[in-house]
Amino acid sequence: MQAGTQAARIDAKGLACRRGDRLLFAGLSLALGPGEAVQLMGANGIGKSSLIRILAGLMRPYAGDVSRIGQVGLVDERPALDPQLPLGRALQFWRGIDGAADVEQRPSLALLELDGLTDVPVRYLSTGQRKRAALARLLGQGAPIWLLDEPLNGLDTGAITLVEGLVANHCRGGGVVVIASHQPFALAGLTRIAMADYAA
Amino acid sequence: MKLLTGLLRRDLAQMLFGARRGGAVLPILFFLSVAMLYPFAIGPDAPLLARTGGGVIWVAALLAAILPLDRLVEPDIELGMFDQWALRGISEEWVIALRVLAHWLSFGPPLMLAAVPASALLGLSSEALRIVELGLLAGTPGLAALGVTVAAITAGLRGGAALSGLLVIPLAVPLLIFGAGSLSTGGEGGVALTGAVSLVLLAIAPFAGGAAVRAGRD
Repeated sequence: MQAGTQAARIDAKGLACRRGDRLLFAGLSLALGPGEAVQLMGANGIGKSSLIRILAGLMRPYAGDVSRIGQVGLVDERPALDPQLPLGRALQFWRGIDGAADVEQRPSLALLELDGLTDVPVRYLSTGQRKRAALARLLGQGAPIWLLDEPLNGLDTGAITLVEGLVANHCRGGGVVVIASHQPFALAGLTRIAMADYAA
Repeated sequence: MKLLTGLLRRDLAQMLFGARRGGAVLPILFFLSVAMLYPFAIGPDAPLLARTGGGVIWVAALLAAILPLDRLVEPDIELGMFDQWALRGISEEWVIALRVLAHWLSFGPPLMLAAVPASALLGLSSEALRIVELGLLAGTPGLAALGVTVAAITAGLRGGAALSGLLVIPLAVPLLIFGAGSLSTGGEGGVALTGAVSLVLLAIAPFAGGAAVRAGRD
């Protein structure tokens, strides 16, 4: 849907990650083209979040390299929304940055069942509501590559189905999705990578 | 450009108008209360007050600038704002440069306004007030740059707030020497030197602060 002129891609070759003096994983490669999605599976502390940050370009890998075509949208445990602002204004800030200030905000809010909460300060939102707010920010960004770190944490079963639907929709539109989650994620054509296979 | 004004507007809303902890009001009240307490402590010795008052204003201004340090950079790192900006191609250097501007706007001009009643409390002559105001105009941008840089470096450290205050004070000594020193020499030379120190700090701040934020990610 928003893949731009070039088809979105993310390629990683021979990635290794070191935290402190501990090697978390090594020799991890992945290649994702338009419409493809992958789930990183594994126990806590195995390096899922680190891999997401490496793929986003926020962290340097210990070895290997990453190439991306298309803008990256990241959702992690921090919503990046000002806690003291009402949800609507906090999202408006990012819409201004993303150059989407004129685009109607209602549909994505209604989609995530947030339309009744626009006047509520972000700090009063529950964990699940905050997660959905972060997903609304992601939708507004219109980035073709989605990196989702534990997108299902704190969500109820209804909201989980909702997120699975959003991801499926994004893939159909030519987007690329990487999900790091220890929870099962229902999506047709989802490739799963067991991080334990690459543990060093 | 539109992007940068959006960022600046957010910074100002938080710092100047106090969405976060009192905004610009708290440092100014702190500044004025020092100017008010000093004559009480020294006693009604007008010549002594007039001679030392300019220096007191400078010390109070420096300490007032330290008050908001812990909320300059760290909250945005914790919220993940810097990461989201980086993903959108907005460099840390730009964010820090804008933050220096917003930080200065939130305490520089208000401090210069507050220096007027403060100088009345301390019995400064109008000539001394003029030099104090010129000195503050030249020196507060440097204080702002120094504050944001140190706030970026200490963000995420345990006890970062106390540490940043301790780091700023020695680094601000040149500003204090030239700024307050211009009062006793009575010339514009000291003000010019204060401005020069400020310019150096302003030139360094975006790069040092940006590098500090990036280094904090690993």
